[in-house]
Amino acid sequence: MAATTKLDYAKPPPPLKDELDIVIPTIRNLEFLEMWRPFFEPYHLIIVQDGDPTKTIKVPDGFDYDLYNRNDIKKLLGPRASCISFKDSACRCFGYMVSKKKYIFTIDDDCLVAKDPSGKAINALEQHIKNLLCPSTPFFFNTLYDPFADGADFVRGYPFSLRDGVPTAVSHGLWLNIPDYDAPTQLVKPLERNQRYVDAVLTIPKGTLFPMCGMNLAFDRELIGPAMYFGLMGDGQPIGRYDDMWAGWCIKVICDHLGLGVKTGLPYIWHSKASNPFVNLRKEYKGIFWQEEIIPFFQSVSLPKDCTSVQKCYIELSKQVKEKLSKVDPYFDKLASAMVTWIEAWEEINPPTSASSKLSNGTAK
Amino acid sequence: MSQAPIKDNEVDIVIGALRSDLSSFFNEWRAYFSRFHLIIVKDPDLKEELKIPDGFSLNVYTKNDIDRIVGSTSISFSGYSCRYFGFLVSKKKYIISIDDDCHPAKDNKGNFVDAVAQHIENLTTPATPFFFNTLYDPYRDGADFVRGYPFSLRNGVNCALSCGLWLNLADLDAPTQALKPSERNNRYVDAVLTVPTAALLPVSGINIAFDREAVGPALFPALRLAEEGKVRWETIEDIWSGMCVKVICDHLGLGVKTGLPYVWRTDRGDAIESLKKEWEGVKLMEEVVPFLQSTMLPVTAATAEDCVVEMAKTVKQQLGSSNPVFGHAADSMLEWVRIWKTMGSRPS
Repeated sequence: MAATTKLDYAKPPPPLKDELDIVIPTIRNLEFLEMWRPFFEPYHLIIVQDGDPTKTIKVPDGFDYDLYNRNDIKKLLGPRASCISFKDSACRCFGYMVSKKKYIFTIDDDCLVAKDPSGKAINALEQHIKNLLCPSTPFFFNTLYDPFADGADFVRGYPFSLRDGVPTAVSHGLWLNIPDYDAPTQLVKPLERNQRYVDAVLTIPKGTLFPMCGMNLAFDRELIGPAMYFGLMGDGQPIGRYDDMWAGWCIKVICDHLGLGVKTGLPYIWHSKASNPFVNLRKEYKGIFWQEEIIPFFQSVSLPKDCTSVQKCYIELSKQVKEKLSKVDPYFDKLASAMVTWIEAWEEINPPTSASSKLSNGTAK
Repeated sequence: MSQAPIKDNEVDIVIGALRSDLSSFFNEWRAYFSRFHLIIVKDPDLKEELKIPDGFSLNVYTKNDIDRIVGSTSISFSGYSCRYFGFLVSKKKYIISIDDDCHPAKDNKGNFVDAVAQHIENLTTPATPFFFNTLYDPYRDGADFVRGYPFSLRNGVNCALSCGLWLNLADLDAPTQALKPSERNNRYVDAVLTVPTAALLPVSGINIAFDREAVGPALFPALRLAEEGKVRWETIEDIWSGMCVKVICDHLGLGVKTGLPYVWRTDRGDAIESLKKEWEGVKLMEEVVPFLQSTMLPVTAATAEDCVVEMAKTVKQQLGSSNPVFGHAADSMLEWVRIWKTMGSRPS
């Protein structure tokens, strides 16, 4: 251990060092962590190993981590392990469930450190933390984007009574280089790269849905964790690449109901690998048709006033999915049941403490 | 998915002149303005002659013209409201309007921004109000709809309003600027985005463009503060009008975009002085926003004019009793539609 100097004592500790877990799904290696070391090393990692559990995942030295493979998932959840996807990065939500921290940051293993326009390396984790720790403003759109950012503020006409904002539950980051396009768009524009650095964070207004990408995402697990189920994807399932989308529609509806905020924009990461568009097309194919029914469903979801916790909202949502989407495909019947299994598993792994059982996550609107 | 480029003769640039010497303003904007026809409307309270350089195709309207053309009316075109007269008399499809204390801004690469061209691009590419695209405007070069964006919503809708932003002196209210006197906006956010349906926003009149054929009558000088002044900190008329336009656009299935282009706004006025007057506007917003968030327009209101009439009725009924300012605003909205219809029926 290096000798400490006066300067070391003066440096502030990494923000939320003991309150945040980094969840990474992987089937290959984790070499990408070397690039992130300056920003990630102080934090605990939860690695969810997908695919063949006999394979050894090499984690670079110096990181404090827990690794779970399929056998661990089965051991911990028993029959309820059926709700966790296999052979799909959707399995990452197992990491959210077993975490004991307040905040989660999840990142894909092909996402590298990006540079801002000045050439400086972007500490994506730090920006996500800033986003989560300052309020959102879902009830009125601020034309100067995040009013809490340095050098910005609420504009003329923004009601003062709405300037306190609401707690931020989710921070959705973006990607330079390979953009997160669906398969048809990838096929039409195989060379398109996202080179536009948009220097903004903004709150997605109440009542508006969005496509949530799980590549670069952070959230307050205490506020919204149980709703971050990434669905049934991959092995044995008719659909893939809709895990984060499904979670995104669920969390947005629940956040709107509970008066919580969802932000999007900074930070950027550098997305280095383009997945095979033909493979993607096969996975997404059904989703492209199904989403035409799914979106109107979520746009018209109404949660009753007595749904005052995330779990209650989620169970209610699962009932409505079963009732209204099963006719689209029997898959949704399975998914609705899996949503319930997920909540049961969540509550078993995270039994309510006497303190937390008194609090609800928010007030229903 | 771009539409045919619009012809120069489909655009009017309307400038409300609140100061008399517009030489440097027009010279700075010359490269971007000179292709188009301009309508200059002189603030009826301004005594001095306007100084405008040569080389522009323009019509200038003064108090006498306003009185002669509009006739007797309760609408006041004083101060920033003078520009609405320009919107009224224009015969073009698109209008772009910029405050006379704004200059062309520079982007992140140090190049001057053609605000006119950007507004035109915003208005002639679709808006996407029903689902949020995380890569912002999917029609810009190098961008597209992201994974998970429903295909049936990718055609978008017509964009009726383009709200630009401001570098240097941002459009903050007086209390905020007074609290942070040295705060200046230096952040150039390289994005255009559609404001989602049902989301309200404060529409600033400083740097704006719209489809006059689609929503013209919905931009009106209706909500005047008792002590409205000649700096933006002392007005609320554009905010009121803009929020009504958003409600109307949502109802008619039209889009509203915000973001680029930026203009550079000169330091002007004294926020602390304006504070004395601006509290009225700040207080009014507290009532206005909940009201507008819950306003429903009947299905039968199929045009912007119909919508304005319906809104005026609701404003009078629901807000008129709490503050006479709203009663006057409602009357002005109806009067505006009357004038608009009269102008429309005149031969061009």
